[in-house]
Amino acid sequence: MTIRHHISENLLLAHACGQLPEAFNLVVAAHLTMCDECRARAGAFDALGGAVIDADPGAGMDDMADAAVAAAVARITGAPQVKAWPVARAAGVLPAPLADYVGGDLDAVRWRSVGMGVRQAILPTARGASARLLHIPAGAAMPGHGHGGLELTLVLQGAFVDEGERYGPGDVESADAATQHTPVAEAWGDCICLAASDAKLKFSGLLPRLAQPFFRI
Amino acid sequence: MVISVNRRQVQAQEAETDWVGLVVRVRDHADRAAFAALFRHFAPRVKGFLMKSGASAGLAEECAQDVMAVLWQKAHLYDPSRASVATWVFTIARNRRIDALRKARRPEPEDLAWGPEAEPDQAEVFELQRECARLGEAVARLPDKQRALIERAFWGDLSHSEIAAETGLPLGTIKSRIRLALERLRQVMD
Repeated sequence: MTIRHHISENLLLAHACGQLPEAFNLVVAAHLTMCDECRARAGAFDALGGAVIDADPGAGMDDMADAAVAAAVARITGAPQVKAWPVARAAGVLPAPLADYVGGDLDAVRWRSVGMGVRQAILPTARGASARLLHIPAGAAMPGHGHGGLELTLVLQGAFVDEGERYGPGDVESADAATQHTPVAEAWGDCICLAASDAKLKFSGLLPRLAQPFFRI
Repeated sequence: MVISVNRRQVQAQEAETDWVGLVVRVRDHADRAAFAALFRHFAPRVKGFLMKSGASAGLAEECAQDVMAVLWQKAHLYDPSRASVATWVFTIARNRRIDALRKARRPEPEDLAWGPEAEPDQAEVFELQRECARLGEAVARLPDKQRALIERAFWGDLSHSEIAAETGLPLGTIKSRIRLALERLRQVMD
């Protein structure tokens, strides 16, 4: 898998700071599962967080240091260490963090048609941003849309072309308020993506605009 | 004057503390003295971090206790060729914060499959830990304004649209070290 479109630096920093809404965290976690380059970049930002936390002696448990240590030691004494190691999952299409939300791989997704052959499944995430899986038939287009905010689209299977750029498995397209775009799935196969946005999409056609309230996209 | 000299001595001593070695003792021997030493250093930092992120003193202390309990439970999953102990503790504390203050899930990337046989090379560990120490020094040397901005970002004071990534810090070297560690783990797996 050659990934060409990565997560931007400021999104990775916001992710390390814990400042992304859950839906964006999901896209980042899914991408990092597929991309060691970004996993290493994310690790570097985590190291920055480590440096920040380590430099600040903190709110001091000084007054009660001994009591706090005693409480902690008492707690761990009753907690045996169970050494479970991470095991490789059976290879599916969905990266592990996403499979957790779906409750399985692609066959567990409950798709709903949103017209023009496109199907979607909204994933349960906290308010502030929404996440959904999209299934775009080979050669079909997502309805043209602009954005009120930020939208991240991660390709899981197949590929799409948008504004002359090709996005294949693992690639992330980032679109902001200024982007008016129309992703088109490549002709040779259906394209499945994970998309997260922090504002409602603005569709340019009248019909999709009327349908929008019903499909929550 | 005397006080500042003492503080510097304490800091110098702390800088020399082998945090990785203490976690290894927790991991291999369930060593409670090693755990207590880690607790005395990191728990107040985690508590301070959470209070600056908006938690009350009570909640922050409770969460700091939770974070340190996770360190005890998951010591075997700590990989010193990928993170300093401070970094690892930070990631646990950050996730606990999201859980406690935002009541949201934090999806994490799938961890690479590895086990006890993937014990990293000592030289790799040394290099990564040294780079993290250098990063800490670089943060300390930053102009106050820039350091304050980075701190505020990690305390959750800046929204994701306010965060800009130009830190000007030597993150590239740490990134390459982590990248090498990931490649090693992928090879062990195959």
